[in-house]
Amino acid sequence: MDHLLTIITFVPIVGMVLILLCPKDQHNLIRWIAAAAAFAQILIAIYLYANFDTTTTAIQFAEKYPWVPSYHINYFLGVDGISISMVLLTALICFISVFASFGIEKGVKGYFALLLLLDTGMMGVFAALDFFLFYIFWEVMLLPMYFLIGIWGGPRREYAAIKFFLYTLLGSVLILLAMLGLYYYNPTPTFDMTRLAANAGSYSLNFQRIAWIALFIGFAIKIPAFPFHTWLPDAHVEAPTAISVILAGVLLKMGTYGILRVNFGILPAASHELAWIALGVIGTINIVYGALCAMAQTDYKKLIAYSSVSHMGYVMLGIAGFTAAGINGAVLQMFNHGTITAMLFLLVGVIYDRAHHREINGFGGLASHMPIYAGMTGLAFFAAMGLPGMSAFISEVLVLLGAWQRHPLMTVFGASAAILTAGYMLWTYQRVYLGPINDKYVGFPDLSARELFTLVPLAVIVLILGVYPHALLSLLNTSLVHLNQVVMSAPGAAVALAH
Amino acid sequence: MQLGNVASLAYFIPELVLSATVVILIVLDLVTDNRAAAGIAALAASVAVFVLILAGGAGNERMFNGMIVFDSFSFYFRLLITLATMVAVWMSIGSDEVKRCDQGEYYAVLLAAALGMFLMAEADNLLMAYLSLELVSLTSYILTGFLKHNRRSQEAALKYLIYGGVASGTMIYGMSWIFGIAGSLSFGMINGALTQSGTGASLGVFIALVLILAGMGYKVASVPFHMWAPDVYTGAPIPITTYLAVGSKAAGFALLTRFFYPAISRLAANGNWQALAGVDWPQLLLVMCMITMTLGNLAALQQTNMKRLLAYSSIAQAGYALMGFVVLSNDGIRAMMFYLIAYYLMDAGAFLVVMIVANATGSEDIDAYRGLAWRGGMVPAVALAIFLFSLTGIPLTVGFIGKFYLFAAVIRGQFYILALVGILNSVVSLYYYLRPIRTMFLDQPAGDEAAVTGEAWNYGLMGVLAAATIVFGLYWAPLIAFADRSLKFFTGPA
Repeated sequence: MDHLLTIITFVPIVGMVLILLCPKDQHNLIRWIAAAAAFAQILIAIYLYANFDTTTTAIQFAEKYPWVPSYHINYFLGVDGISISMVLLTALICFISVFASFGIEKGVKGYFALLLLLDTGMMGVFAALDFFLFYIFWEVMLLPMYFLIGIWGGPRREYAAIKFFLYTLLGSVLILLAMLGLYYYNPTPTFDMTRLAANAGSYSLNFQRIAWIALFIGFAIKIPAFPFHTWLPDAHVEAPTAISVILAGVLLKMGTYGILRVNFGILPAASHELAWIALGVIGTINIVYGALCAMAQTDYKKLIAYSSVSHMGYVMLGIAGFTAAGINGAVLQMFNHGTITAMLFLLVGVIYDRAHHREINGFGGLASHMPIYAGMTGLAFFAAMGLPGMSAFISEVLVLLGAWQRHPLMTVFGASAAILTAGYMLWTYQRVYLGPINDKYVGFPDLSARELFTLVPLAVIVLILGVYPHALLSLLNTSLVHLNQVVMSAPGAAVALAH
Repeated sequence: MQLGNVASLAYFIPELVLSATVVILIVLDLVTDNRAAAGIAALAASVAVFVLILAGGAGNERMFNGMIVFDSFSFYFRLLITLATMVAVWMSIGSDEVKRCDQGEYYAVLLAAALGMFLMAEADNLLMAYLSLELVSLTSYILTGFLKHNRRSQEAALKYLIYGGVASGTMIYGMSWIFGIAGSLSFGMINGALTQSGTGASLGVFIALVLILAGMGYKVASVPFHMWAPDVYTGAPIPITTYLAVGSKAAGFALLTRFFYPAISRLAANGNWQALAGVDWPQLLLVMCMITMTLGNLAALQQTNMKRLLAYSSIAQAGYALMGFVVLSNDGIRAMMFYLIAYYLMDAGAFLVVMIVANATGSEDIDAYRGLAWRGGMVPAVALAIFLFSLTGIPLTVGFIGKFYLFAAVIRGQFYILALVGILNSVVSLYYYLRPIRTMFLDQPAGDEAAVTGEAWNYGLMGVLAAATIVFGLYWAPLIAFADRSLKFFTGPA
């Protein structure tokens, strides 16, 4: 079983080509081709999960071929504990998104072709271990995203799409500069991330700081970290449901993944010095500010968007802790947030499809007529609040435990924000699902089979990881503990610890 | 080796063919009224020239008693210029604008311009540099004003003429300073004289270089010698605009490089170039380069006419290419050479789509692109999107690779501020490059637009350029290797 990562990355491209060859009006054929491509990814993901060696920090399923030898650019794919969970998450979310997109009726061919291109871009980012290749995938993703929001989005789609594009391009060009700097200042110029990491000690601290900040801004825009988060609510509100699911479920994770892979892996000394403010303080701001913003929203989807800002803050705080628990919790939280927020956006999509608006105060009493929907939402809300027994509880507790040892004050703020989260979640639940029903909504059908099919797998995963987090943690632990040690033992650590 | 007049002819066959074709086309115009034949003949001639250049290969000769050189560097640029000529001729054959007017000597003048550009790329003597530049300028004025009944075209030609006159006058004045200081017009002798005379006349040399820059900067349309470009690009027939943007600019860069590097700089042992002591032209060009891209991009933000938008964009693109020029390393020059090929593919492609739309709708305004993808123009719309994304520098296109090498050279040379300015400019440029894309895909047609259906002739070239933009964006190793091999200037006794 060679070339598994190549297959899982490029299967969607095959699907895309097939779709482009289809006649325009064969909507169902196009949909099922997309579904087949996504399903193939799921199968490979399961195989990867089953055959992943959890005891080693080595790169697994590696594939490496020279691409442009004169510039040391390789086609290099591989996964380790840092990326495997994200590969699984991407396969899962893309599969769900394809089914969530079955309702799209306008420009079906273009939509699914772009969706699959986006899929390849995301998978490639997590599978690539050559920085150049990583960058290509990172940027390629922007194109389909721009069109998916811009053509199939809501009323202000053009504004949201261009804002998203400009913000992320600004971030990625900074990454490009840092990447070139890393290439040239390495004693043996290379784009190979594993070798860049192995030579981490050869960079001067000043260079590390500059490159770290450039990379951090690039990745922070994607997370999105305060104050670079303003594209997110716009993009989410305007994007079609499935695209919101992908945005929140996978795209945001790329930011934190990049920080772990590049900032931490390649620039450990600067990470040690700067993480407390860049990740700790900003992460805490994300948690509290995101929650407060969410509370103020009257648009259901915008509320979920801001809750993402808040929840991604936990990931940043966890990484900033430099403890095994914190960093494990952070990556687990990336996965959990991916599944939970995907559910939330799907649930918003359900009611938007029926009512054609998302005004929270315009609803009420939906539980009495759509019990399954209300029940599923309740589950997702409780999961988002981090209730014990749900996956996010484990990851948030790990994050807070880990962060507490290093940054007690921030942890206090971060932990207290759980009350705010519960506040806006429950308040929203009350306004939308409880109380007397508005007559306008009496005839609404409950969840359809297709909607259930997209929601149930996510719910099951949320529950399983809530009681048996080891299913995922075992994959991450070895690599992340090692990464943490690399950062902890970087020169200059003593200074940084004073904070 | 230095060759005499007769011995040189053996290496001069492509240029001779070009000259002969010019004469034949003029005669042909007298004896027949068949305009289409002239176009096909010009196309055939440019293909023949391309093959002849390839067959002739690259050498290390100085020809015509030291007027021009035959080296790898000129080999590269002559190929590029021929490709630009082919595109210009091909587009002229498919352009309604050109077809409508009395074609007459159009193709003869166009090929004469190509000859001038060849000589610009080969010139090894200030006199030759001046003459070739003037040949390109004069033919360009005629081509720009070729739409006799179009006032914009006339106005553009006049503006071009006035700016060009001032620029070349300034340049030749600068050349006279160089002659006075170095005692020779030959690049090799200038180099010998200046690098040995030390800093004695450094202020004089600097003034001379600034004056010369007026002429060369005018050809590549860099700030502050760019003023003619928007009007001329907008007024000229689209094939000519394309030719000026990709051909004339490339020739300008060739001349600029040959003069500023082998003629007045020295290649140090570490592979970097050293400017003359006390003559800080790199600093001056660095500032010019940053202003060029910034001004081009900012001005493009406001444009509503596609040709004008691309005109300002091409000023900005010249600024990017200059990044490779100012870092004083072979890395930089190679990146610039690569970028000019990339720029050729994507900019010619973009102008070609503009021409296809103009042929169909008679308009060059962005409004004419509204919902283009949804009213039968999906193919040109996708192609234009590819070209514009490439101009922005988004991966999977050759434009990204070009920018990648440019920024790599800049970072390697540790020009961090330049890198930052360049990168921010790329982000700004996305905004206006997305405007037509947004109009084509995100907007719905109002319903009253003309349908866009092009002929296979134009679509064929568009397909080739778009495919090349993508293919070289995925696998560019041969192209960069070619640029690397071609970065070899004539070396020989002064």
